[in-house]
Amino acid sequence: MNGETRETGARTLQELCSSLGYGEMKVATALNGDFVPAGRRAATPISQADRVEIVAPRQGG
Amino acid sequence: MVAFYGESFASRLILGSALYPSPEIFQRSVKTAGAEIVTVSLRREGAREKTGQQFWSLVQALGVRVLPNTAGCRTAKEAIATAMMARELFETPWVKLEVIANDDTLQPDLFGLVDAAGTLSAEGFKVFPYTTEDLSAAEKLLAAGCEVLMPWASPIGSGQGLANPGGLKSLRAYFPGVPLVVDAGLGAPSHAAEAMEMGYDAVLLNTAVAKAADPPQMAAAFAKAVEAGRMGFEAGLMPRRDMAAPSTPVAGTPFFDFSHAR
Repeated sequence: MNGETRETGARTLQELCSSLGYGEMKVATALNGDFVPAGRRAATPISQADRVEIVAPRQGG
Repeated sequence: MVAFYGESFASRLILGSALYPSPEIFQRSVKTAGAEIVTVSLRREGAREKTGQQFWSLVQALGVRVLPNTAGCRTAKEAIATAMMARELFETPWVKLEVIANDDTLQPDLFGLVDAAGTLSAEGFKVFPYTTEDLSAAEKLLAAGCEVLMPWASPIGSGQGLANPGGLKSLRAYFPGVPLVVDAGLGAPSHAAEAMEMGYDAVLLNTAVAKAADPPQMAAAFAKAVEAGRMGFEAGLMPRRDMAAPSTPVAGTPFFDFSHAR
């Protein structure tokens, strides 16, 4: 997740976000390089070796 | 007024939100610039830090239009996924599309850029491509659905100003009806004025303001330069000459000797 290896019992992207404390935060997600809309996280299963990105707003030029 | 994708703005200065000494100085700089559009980005977020949430509240308080970028993306695929995440987070179809080819120059990968611009335009995005002054790339970006082009002046963060003024003039001349924004490489207000005098519709800059000794004052200086340059363009610059031409009338000058006139 975000470039670091983690162990999790979460079965979906939604469970992963909740278990890590992103519940109410304004974040966007991608799974294995593809965008996953917030509304589809609960229906998106995750498995061994998946690459997850969780991003938030930041300063940019 | 300048229009991007059918929306009009009074300010022709688009400001980046990065590298300021503090959030408060950033806010003041946006105000003194009179900027109505501010670029933003995405980062990996830790669940405990919540820095992204704080930044987003700060930008919302400014009441500006945000233009999310895809900075750091190396491939069309990365840029497309980043744009989609940005659209959801910032609730806007606008995207400053960056596909970067090289770390030293941060120059656009024009092939990946055209590729990503086509996909994103088809997905309903309003793409602002960070490109070069290359005419063939510009044609392909327009064909891909872009209604704005943002050529660089010189490498991002370099402050070199307009490295290829001839190329930028050609681009302006080739696409008279397309909104063109000079993006990246501007270091001084005079650089912004130069771009605006060429007829560019707006400029986008970040480092020149954020890294100034007094960012809010530099933001105000750029705003004046942009306005002066635009007014100069609209007024119509005089043609440039190789040789002198007296401004004071010659005929009737005291002691004037016609035998010396050629």
